[in-house]
Parts: sequence; C-alpha cells; structure tokens
Amino acid sequence: MKEVKIKIKNLSVYFNYIQALNDVSLEIFENKVTCLIGPSGCGKTSLLRSLNRMNDMIYGFRMKGEVLIDDIDIYDKDIDVVNLRRLVGMVFQQSNLFPKSIYDNLIFAPKILGVKDKSELEEIAEKVCTQTSIWDEVKDRLNESALNLSAGQQQRLCIARALTVNPDILLMDEPSSSLDPVSTSKIEDLLFDLKRNYTILIVTHNMQQAARVSDYTAYLYLGQLVEYDKTTKIFTNPANKQTEDFLTGRFG
Amino acid sequence: MENRFKGNIKKENSSNSIIDNLLIGGIRIISFSVIIIFILILGKIFYEGIGVINWNFLTGIPKSDISKGGIGPAIFGTMAVSIIMLILAVPVGIFSAIYISEFAKDTFWLRLIRASVNSLAGVPSIVIGLFGFGFFVLFIGKSIDNILQTGMLFGQPAIIWASATLAVLVLPTIIVTTTEALNSIPLTFRQASLGLGASKWQTIRYIILPQARPGILTGVILALSRSIGETAPIMFLGCAFFLPNLPLAYLDLSFVQIPIINPADQFMHLAYHIFILATQSSNPTLTAPFQYGTTLVLVLITLLLNLTAIIFRFRFRKIIEVVNRNQ
Repeated sequence: MKEVKIKIKNLSVYFNYIQALNDVSLEIFENKVTCLIGPSGCGKTSLLRSLNRMNDMIYGFRMKGEVLIDDIDIYDKDIDVVNLRRLVGMVFQQSNLFPKSIYDNLIFAPKILGVKDKSELEEIAEKVCTQTSIWDEVKDRLNESALNLSAGQQQRLCIARALTVNPDILLMDEPSSSLDPVSTSKIEDLLFDLKRNYTILIVTHNMQQAARVSDYTAYLYLGQLVEYDKTTKIFTNPANKQTEDFLTGRFG
Repeated sequence: MENRFKGNIKKENSSNSIIDNLLIGGIRIISFSVIIIFILILGKIFYEGIGVINWNFLTGIPKSDISKGGIGPAIFGTMAVSIIMLILAVPVGIFSAIYISEFAKDTFWLRLIRASVNSLAGVPSIVIGLFGFGFFVLFIGKSIDNILQTGMLFGQPAIIWASATLAVLVLPTIIVTTTEALNSIPLTFRQASLGLGASKWQTIRYIILPQARPGILTGVILALSRSIGETAPIMFLGCAFFLPNLPLAYLDLSFVQIPIINPADQFMHLAYHIFILATQSSNPTLTAPFQYGTTLVLVLITLLLNLTAIIFRFRFRKIIEVVNRNQ
C-alpha cells in the first residue's frame, strides 16, 4: 500500500522575473525513491528546494501553488521554517561538512535541538553512521577534521549528518555528481537501505543512476513536468516523445 | 617558404623587453623604497630612543625634571583608554557587521548604513574629537549630571568620553573588516546549517562567527593599533600632560580593595605625551631622547599588536585554503 507523502499542487516558482517552475503538480510516495531528471536549468533543483523552503533564502523568490507534506501546507503563514527543515533533510551536490571534527559535524544538529547528554549524542552519531554504513571507516577517527576524509566519505558523512535530526524526507541534490563510480555505487546502495525509513527525492544527471535507484521518475523540461510515472515505465515505455528523446540521448 | 621566425624573435631586435625591463625595474625600486622608508623611520626612533629605556622610564611616574621621571602613567592611560574603547566599540561594530552581512537585504537602508560607515571612515580625527567633546562631554555627560544631580562628575573630559570618541573613530574599521570576514564564509556552510534545521541565529553563532573569528580579531587589533596613535581626538577629552597619579578607583569589598580604572578620571596618554614633549619643552636637546623613547614604546606596542593581527590573518587564510581545497 503506497501512501502519498508530498502533494505538489500547481507549483510555480519565480526568481525575480525568471520563472523556474511552471504549474507543476506531483505526488511523491512514502518510502519510495523519486528521481527528478531533466536537462540543466529545467527546474529540478528549484523543485527540490521548494520542499524544505531552501528557496526562501534566495533574493527575489516568489511562488504560487501549494506544497502539502502529510496534508499540511508548508508555505502556510504559521509554518516554522526551522522546524520544517528538521523534518525535511537535505544533502547537497558538494559535500558541505563544517571545518570541524567528524564527531562535531554529526552532533551539531542534535546539540542545537537541545540534546545535552553525552552518551545520547554518541549514540546518535553511531546510529546514523551505521545507517549510512560509514561507521567502520570513521569510528577510529571521530576527532579528526572531517575535511581530511575522501570526497566520497565526505558525501556519505553529509548524508549521515542529515539523518541526525531524524527527518521524514531526504532531499538529495545530485549527491554523487562529483564522485568516482565506487563512491557512487556506495551511495546508491545506501538509498536502498534508507528508503525503508525515509521518503527520498533525488536529483540526478546520471540516467543509469536514475534507472537503478528510483521507484518513480519525473522528467522536467523548461520548468514544466513532462512526465511522471514508475521508473520502469518511464525507462522502458515512456508515454511522451520528449521523455523518450531525452532518455535515449537524442536531446540535450 | 620564408622563415618568419629568423630575425624576428631575438631579443636584440625587439623593443619589448627593454621597455619591460625599465618598467619592472622602476616598479621594483619604488616598492623597495617603501621598505627603506619604513626602516629609516624605525631605525631613527630605535637609535635615538633605546638609550633612555629602562625599568624606571617604563614604570616611573613623570617628574618635573623629565630626565628623572618615567612614562608609567602614560602607558597605563593608553591601555586604560584602549581597553574601554574596545569594550564600547567591539560589540557595536560586530553586531552592525552581522546585521549588514547576514540580515539586511539590499535596500535603501542598507545602502544608507554602508554610506554612513564609509563616510565615518573618512572623517578627520580632529573633527571626531570635537564631536566627542560636544556630544559626549557637553551633551551626554552634562545631561547625566543634571539627571543624577552629580554636579560635575560626568560633564567633564574623562577616560570614558575619550574612549567613546575613539570608539566612534575605529567603528568603521571594525565594521568593514568584520563584514568582510563574515562574507568570506562560503554559502555552502550556511546552507548546510540551515538545511539541518538550525535557525538563522544558531547558524551565525555556531558556524559563521567561529569561522570568521580570526578575521574579526584582525579587524579589532587593527582598530586598536590605529586608535593608540591618535592624538587629536583625545586632546579635548581629558588627556593631561602631567598626571603622576594613575586614574584608579578602588572597589571596596570591605575585606579587599580591587583597583579598577576610574572612567571619570583624567589620564595620560603616550601619543599626547610625545606631542607635549615635542612642543612644550623648554630645553628640546635635553628632552629629545625621552621623546624618542616614548615614541619607541608607542611604536613597539603598535608593532606588537600588528604582529598579532598578522598571525591571526595567517591562521585565517589557512582555514580558507583547507575549505577551498576541498571544494
């Protein structure tokens, strides 16, 4: 039984006078991996960032339409953006670990949430690292600077860090675009484990990755949703000619 | 086919290298002359001043016979004024910078604040001094006296008003350097922190400020070393040329008396002391070495502060390099 986690209704997003998204409607299902694909500048990232209101930071941002998570409008006036972001975690294209130790990176968010007990913090750190299967690699060097890790490890630590606040939804903006194939496959394996507990949205430029990891795929073009369906359907028998052209590389 | 290289690319046939060499040589001489000027000034002061520096000179109180007295109160006064100046200027400067860099949108008001900061940086120090006398002493001080019925306690030149005036003077330096330090923190850290559900203030407090700390400290130290050399603003504001007693008050806790800086007192100051020695001496040949000695002390304090700033700057750059390498 699949449940709808996020309902996007007629969402349009503008940055000053540039329209990034045009009337996008989409339903994201719980505990599934949903992939957003499309050529550069088609609004994938804008869509992703509308879901934890990261776009709010950008000067000149305006939006129309509705985004409902568990039937709550997250753009409602009485929504606390800070609390929203604790439930909708985000992993960025490039690892953005703080120039602190691995351990400090992991306990940053729990500490801000008011967890003071040291053993509890250690527990959280170990739990998220185990979840992201990076624990064996970092457990002996928790006090080392996080920036000494390899790029792939850094990105996986970013995912672990995003889990420390125990979100419902995980947004990933091209999480493996700057990584080698081995690190990429590790992250992909991770997604299979994580989707049991989280709803995952992932933006990617890598079509094979989209086909491998996702349950649903949305193809966006020029800010519009062209096609959205099960990944197997999209990749084997797309309904739209444009989607087919894009997937087969005849476009972009 | 004609060989276009032969006879064309040799140095002797070209005027390029001659002009280049001349220009580069000229630029080199000009830049080296800065070093020479620096060494000449420092060398002169050091050579003339080192002779009079001894423990008595550094800690002793001034006597009417300058060759027997010291500059202890002037060093103390300089430090007292600077410390209070920092207490007043640093919070205001840092919070203004946080507002400019983190909160203000690019609006009319932000531009007004920026323009004010830049204009403030260009105001001559003597004007700031006169402003300080008029605003702090005559307006604020007198008003406090009127309200609290304290007679002439606050409405006269004193350490606190000199410090406040110097704070106004260095505020632009602190604001500009702090704003730059904050702006140099990459956007990705802000996104990471906000994405983890930290509030705006938590992001500033736990991520941005710690990383900007060396840059901010550099600004503070630069401001401090600038204010230490200022004579004009403090002339009207309680700087005395002969004051053997230290401006101290005693905090009476019945069992122990803690000496604290008395902010309502007058004070001596190194920069002003040099000015007095240079202009008010009846026998310049006799007082000249002491004048140089005082100058040397002032220069050494400034140099020490600048050195600290350089070390902080160095550490700051290293952090930024690590961050850049990893991106």
